[in-house]
Amino acid sequence: MADLALDPRMDLNPPLVKGGVTYSDLTGKISAITEGKPPRQWYYAMGVALPLAALLVVCLTYLVSTGIGVWGNNNPVGWGWDITNFVWWIGIGHAGTLISAILFLFRQKWRTSINRAAEAMTLFAVACAGIYPLFHTGRPWRAAYWLFPMPNEALHMWQNFRSPLMWDVFAVSTYATVSALFWYVGLVPDLATLRDRAVNPVRRTVFGLLSLGWRGSATQWKHYELAYLILAGLSTPLVLSVHSIVSFDFATSVLPGWHTTIFPPYFVAGAVFSGFAMVVTLMVLARWVYNLQDLITIKHLENMCKVMLATGMIVGFAYGTEAFIAWYSANQYERFVFANRAFGPYAWAYWIMVACNVISPQFFWFKKVRTSIPAMFILAIFINIGMWFERFVIIATSLHRDFLPASWGYFRPTWVDIGTFMGTIGLFLTLFLLFLRFLPAIAISEVKGVLHHQINTEKGAAH
Amino acid sequence: MAANLLARLNLPGFEANTADHYGVVADFDTPEELLRAVRTARIAGYTKLEAYTPFPIHGIDEALGEPRSPLGRIVIVCGLTGLVSAVLLQWWTGAVDYPLSIAGKPLFAIEPSVPIMFELSVLLAAFGAVLGMFHLNRLPTYYHAFFNYSRAAGASNDRFLLAIEAGDPKFDAAEVKTLLESCGSRHAELVEA
Repeated sequence: MADLALDPRMDLNPPLVKGGVTYSDLTGKISAITEGKPPRQWYYAMGVALPLAALLVVCLTYLVSTGIGVWGNNNPVGWGWDITNFVWWIGIGHAGTLISAILFLFRQKWRTSINRAAEAMTLFAVACAGIYPLFHTGRPWRAAYWLFPMPNEALHMWQNFRSPLMWDVFAVSTYATVSALFWYVGLVPDLATLRDRAVNPVRRTVFGLLSLGWRGSATQWKHYELAYLILAGLSTPLVLSVHSIVSFDFATSVLPGWHTTIFPPYFVAGAVFSGFAMVVTLMVLARWVYNLQDLITIKHLENMCKVMLATGMIVGFAYGTEAFIAWYSANQYERFVFANRAFGPYAWAYWIMVACNVISPQFFWFKKVRTSIPAMFILAIFINIGMWFERFVIIATSLHRDFLPASWGYFRPTWVDIGTFMGTIGLFLTLFLLFLRFLPAIAISEVKGVLHHQINTEKGAAH
Repeated sequence: MAANLLARLNLPGFEANTADHYGVVADFDTPEELLRAVRTARIAGYTKLEAYTPFPIHGIDEALGEPRSPLGRIVIVCGLTGLVSAVLLQWWTGAVDYPLSIAGKPLFAIEPSVPIMFELSVLLAAFGAVLGMFHLNRLPTYYHAFFNYSRAAGASNDRFLLAIEAGDPKFDAAEVKTLLESCGSRHAELVEA
């Protein structure tokens, strides 16, 4: 057994922090990213992201000044790309919370290098998601009165709390708030590190204010660790509730194809699936921009590929279950909707979805694929596309051929639909690049904890 | 200087320290050395100790004799407040102030209220956890004497610091310095308040 353990091929738990680094190296490496000028790659990426974000401003300005008729939504497809994009973005956010909260509770140490960036991704994804319902109201500056129970002189009425759309408002805004709190609490000790390193007085003042005078005393760490644990414990059921409640928007309706009890778990699995695909996409990008190979190792990426494989299988199984139940229900409307999904006018979208979500993750069975950066990057992009199509298929196919054949139609996006979607991708990337540039993208204090454990384990092995 | 003037104003967050000195602060290379020093100082009879570290050290609370954090209780109270306010909000707006019959459903029932009950409980509990932690840790702190230690910045990088505060009944600067140096610190220093 001892020989097996020494054989490098039998290294089942490769170190999470590579390259024999010290605590001080870690501080230096991660802080330096925010202190120096960004590398050339950062400007390339920003060059793609910023024009897209500008396109979002153009599209939204045009929408607000003209009316929501500039989107392709119309009878019978009253929910088009807006809700598709909303659900897609919310789903992407879920991987961030899963990594920061659920993997924390499961004591998965590998999460520490990626949790900060994944949480940031959650915040930015939720911000992008929020744009759609907000602007779908057509009057975003009045939306607060419609969405939140605020006493006001304009309406003289209250929201209908029996409606799942109202539940959604509470779920998504709670999710955004709690994620922001969790993220900020995690940042405080690292902001103190940046403060202590700052040479420039402006920088010292800014990080001094943001770090709230954190000292890292044992008493502070004690309350801090408990607060972090509690936030992780709260976020775990929260993240499961958010996509469940998003799915209630559909599941509590009476439309065939939407009115199913499988929706909550199926949406949550899909959310985690798409979210991990986005985390892999962004982490490959971050490694490329900032040379973080020592901190975001192949081991981290491989683990995420395994999560995609598992959740991809759940999603594929859910597609099968849905189709089976449609047949087994013997309900002709239900059967029609599913036959129409797979073989009707939207068959192209359905089969793109199946190819991307069911077939592409199967390649992750092979270790060669799981450890190849280009392969996982391409597959992750496919999964992102596939999960977008899943939401589009669910929404469009159930709506476009309703109970009255005379009103059947076919949804076509307008340039504003496409521009707004591209625009939110631009906004998302812009925010993420700004985050990489100005804040510690890796949780310095948490990685030090892992490094301490690693040093002690190595010492123990050497004795 | 400015910080000292501010401290004299006695504003919340600016801890007024009447003593001349904060205490003796010493630094160590590893968490293990720090833990050993904490235990030695406790055995020597010192009670007002504080450790400063770049990441939480397992077992340090026990070594320092720190009581458990009361944060859990704060969070439970906040969470229950959220739960009750969600019930009251949905009942009062839907069944009292603006009753509107929709598809003959009851104006108020527990079942459709569950999602918002859950969400508001989580929301308020999370605020309780964060603001409660800030309160217990006295954050934001604008001024703290600990930062007068010449190597205070090490506590957020790779140093493991131990302070024996001047408020300790057994405190004697020279003795404390000798003790901490005997534990392996190369930079034990009397720190101004």
